[in-house]
Order: sequence, then structure tokens, then C-alpha cells
Amino acid sequence: MQLASDAALPVFSWNLLNDFQDMWSYLSMVNAFRAGAIVSVVCAVVGWFMVLRRQTFAGHTLSVAAFPGASLATLAGFSLSLGYFGFCVAAALVVAALGRKGRESGAEESAVTGTVQAFALACGYLFISLYKGLLEGPTAMLFGDFLGITTGQVVILAVVGAAVFAVLAVIGRPLLFASVDPQVAAGRGVPVRLLSTLFLVLLGAATAEASQITGTLLVFALMVIPAATAQQLTARPALSLTLSVLLGLAACWAGLIAAYYQPYPLGFFVTAFAFAGYVLAHLPRLGREVLGRVRTPIATGGVA
Amino acid sequence: MTAVLTQTFFQHALLAGTFIAPACGLVGYFLVLRAQIFTGDALSHVAFTGAMAALAGGYDLRLGLFAATVGVGLLLGGLGRRGRPDDVVIGSVFAWILGLGAFFLTVYTTSRSAARGGAGTSVLFGSIFGLSSGQTTLAVLIAAGICVAVLLIARPLLFATLDEAVAAARGVPTRVLGLAFLALVGACAGEATQAVGSLLLLGLLAAPAGAAIRLTDRPFRALALSAALAVAEMWGSLLLSAEAPELPPSFAIMATASAVYAATFLVRPNRALRTAAA
Repeated sequence: MQLASDAALPVFSWNLLNDFQDMWSYLSMVNAFRAGAIVSVVCAVVGWFMVLRRQTFAGHTLSVAAFPGASLATLAGFSLSLGYFGFCVAAALVVAALGRKGRESGAEESAVTGTVQAFALACGYLFISLYKGLLEGPTAMLFGDFLGITTGQVVILAVVGAAVFAVLAVIGRPLLFASVDPQVAAGRGVPVRLLSTLFLVLLGAATAEASQITGTLLVFALMVIPAATAQQLTARPALSLTLSVLLGLAACWAGLIAAYYQPYPLGFFVTAFAFAGYVLAHLPRLGREVLGRVRTPIATGGVA
Repeated sequence: MTAVLTQTFFQHALLAGTFIAPACGLVGYFLVLRAQIFTGDALSHVAFTGAMAALAGGYDLRLGLFAATVGVGLLLGGLGRRGRPDDVVIGSVFAWILGLGAFFLTVYTTSRSAARGGAGTSVLFGSIFGLSSGQTTLAVLIAAGICVAVLLIARPLLFATLDEAVAAARGVPTRVLGLAFLALVGACAGEATQAVGSLLLLGLLAAPAGAAIRLTDRPFRALALSAALAVAEMWGSLLLSAEAPELPPSFAIMATASAVYAATFLVRPNRALRTAAA
């Protein structure tokens, strides 16, 4: 296998100060780092609740909606941010409305979700193929690209991120209660349904943010993996929430640095770093399980 | 219209589609019934990485495709409890695998001669009109094999799906069946990738099966209906796409399948209420 040629690329030196000065001399890189910071913090927090609520499939569906949104925006010529946020939030409302009715029939609900998801991707593909000017094809939208981020986009990301945090600050406690034990929460008068709809809208907004960094296919790198890693490491809510934010930020920035020096897509690096953390967090438990399996027969043998 | 029908590319597509569609319909029915759609989704992403890794390494695309989908299908079955893996684990692993796919795509498109930039798109979104005669023959053979295998294990698999505990007590090897089924899903995902692309194969698996389950409560009738719907949708959309060349065939297939599924909600809108009341 041949690796891509990196003749035209800047060279990474271990003098990090120089490296950052070099990278930050380009406005697009500064914007990428700013956007990365905002997005990874928002996504880590929202994703933490998503993992707690076991709604990863819904999150995946919403992320898929970002692709037709972005490609329609390209085709019709309106703002990319509008395409991302509009489609993701609309998809969140649809998922919330459908999910309420089909609560009992789990199998059928997943068939609906799967179909909607594939149809949304197909629409995105249609828009891309109708819009013939895109040289790169859909790859940049699907797997992330950091070069195109404008200052305007960063401002929108920051405003939406602040709004998401404001809503979360208000509903955070009841949402945590409703996520951990929905029945008891409902019995204590917590509006579980309203919270669930609100949360899906927040999830839509966060997914739209993540899509602009990692690409629509790889949003899990910033939404699920940091949260899953943190929840593996500690069971205390406040600590694991903080940890999840730190992990997300670290993966995103490390990914940006790597993508600046290497020709491979940003999404690949962010997922690779985040997943490495996830595997490392699981190593102690896996080790214990393997040891336990080795030990168990000896123990029972001793008893017999 | 008739001019298109006599073109070889269209005949290949029609032939391959006629066999791939029922395979997806049959496998999809059990996938929906076992609530394992998310597994199918994860496999579909693995398909992309497998194909890209094979291309980047200089092998035949289909070798990587099937090795990846069947291998990961078995792996997921082996990892998860009773062959039903956890959503968060699948989500994390497939995000990473997909990232690897993007990596291989870049390796492939930048290291070799130009004009290969379309490889990623054609694996992601399929190119059923681009099948050669050799590819068509192999696709037909594998799809026929999947159909036969699913029909052979249909009865015990249905039993194990509807009531796993009772089936296990009656001596049905539920774990082996679960693993065999995931391997079949993997093979089917590899097949469907050639038709509609790895990103869209979920629709081909879920939509006909979901529609069939809405239309009838009887398992074997639903199984047959799912396969029949898949074939009908495939034919209809290939014709549609031949008629209107600006519509990519993958989009036409997804649009037809989704429309049929949506129509079943109009035919029997009250079913969820009735089952809830019963």
C-alpha cells in the first residue's frame, strides 16, 4: 500500500509553540480551532445525556439528516449553516413526533428510523448529483473538512452552542432525573414527554454543529465516544460530564493538528483519537474479565 | 424507453437487482423482527471501509467488501450478549471504522492515477448501472445463495426470534442461529452495497420488511411479501431511473421503497392502536 504523498504539506516539528504559531497564521486554521472547541464542548455535554438515555440510534438518524441539508444548501445556494441546523432540528421534531406514537412497537420503530435515514441520505445524493459543480464529490461533507470554516460560521456555532447550554442549564436536573428513572420522574410530576422532545431538539442542534467539523457520517466521534469513555471511567455525573468535555476537546484539537500536517481527512483523525481513548478506558475492565475467566475454573475446581 | 431496455448495462442491473432485492427482503424481515436494524446499519458502514481497504491495498473491491461485512457480522454476534450487541459499543466501533474508511479512500484516490475520485462515491451510493457481466453473475449467485440459506433456517430462526427462551428449551440452537443469521446479514450487506451503496442499503433492508410487517400479521406471508415488495420496488425504480436519467438509480430505489412503506401507513393507520388495545 502506498501512502499519499505529503510533499506539499507543512512539516511537524516537536516545538509545539512554533507549530501553533505556524498553524494560527492562517485565518481558516484559527477558525477551525475555535469551531472545534465550541463544537466539542457542546457535543460532549449533549452526547453525555444521549448515551445516558440510550438514544444513540436517534442521534445517528439526526446526523444523517445533516447531509441532505448541507447538499440542498449547496444546490439551492443558501447558507450552509441554515441547511445543517434547519434539517437537523426538523428531523429531531419528526423523530420526536413519530417516537411518541410508536412507543410500544420497538421493532417497527427501528424499521421506520432506518428507512427515513436511508431516504434522507438518498436525497442528499440526489442533490449532490444534480449540483454538478462539486469537484470533491460528497466526501468533504461526509468525512469533514476544516478549510472552509468562515468567521460567520464560527459566530453561528457559538450562538447556537450558547443557546443549547442555556436550555440545558434550565432542564438539566429534571432531564437527568427523567433519563435515569423515567417512571419515577413521571410519578413525581416531571414532564417527561416535553423534556424528551426538548432534548431531541438540542440533540439536533448539537449534531448539526458536529457535522460541520467531523462530517455528517462521523459525528459519533464527538457525540458518543467521549461520553461513553467518561461514563466507563466514572459513575459520578458531574465528574464524568467534565471528563467527557475534556476528552472531546482533546480529540478534536489533536485531530485538527494531525489533519493540518497530514493529507487525510479531519474526521478520520478525530475518530481515531477518540476511539483510542475509548479502548484505553475499557482495557482495565477487559483485563479483569479475562483474568476472571482464567481464575473462575480454578476456583470452582478448588471447591469441588 | 425500449432503447434503454435493450442496453446491456440495464439488463445487468435488472438481473442483479432481481436477485439482490429478494435477498434483502428476506434478511431484512428477520432483521426488523429481531430489532437488529442498528446492526445492519453498522455493517453497512463496515462495507465501505472493507471495500476501500481492498482498493487501497490493490485487491478486488468485492473481496474486501464481503470479508469485512461477514467478519464484522460474526464479531458483533460474538461480542454482544446472546448475539445482540449494545448500541453504544456498535456506535463507537463503527464511527472509528468509518473514519478508517475515509482514510483508505484518501490513500486510494491520492496515491494512484487521477480519475479515481469517484470510487468513494460509487461505494457509498452504489452504481447498479455500472455492473459488468462478471460482477452480475457473481452477485446473482451470492444473492441466490443467501435466499436459499435464509429459507432453510427460516422456521427455527422465527421460533428463536419470537420466543428465545422457549426455543432454547425445545433444543433450538439459538446462539448458533443468531451467529449464522448475522453472517447472512453481512453477506447481504455486501450484496446490497453493489446495488445501492453502503449508505443506502439500510433502506433496502428495512423498508420492504417494515411494509410487509405492517400489511400482515402472519410470519411466513410477511416474509414472502417482504421479498416480493423488494423485487417490485427494484423493478419499478430501475424503470423510473431509465426513464428519467437525472435521477440516480440508488435514489430511485430508496424513493420507491420509502413511498411504498409510507403508503402502508395510509392503508392500515390504526394498527398500532388496535394492538395497544388488545
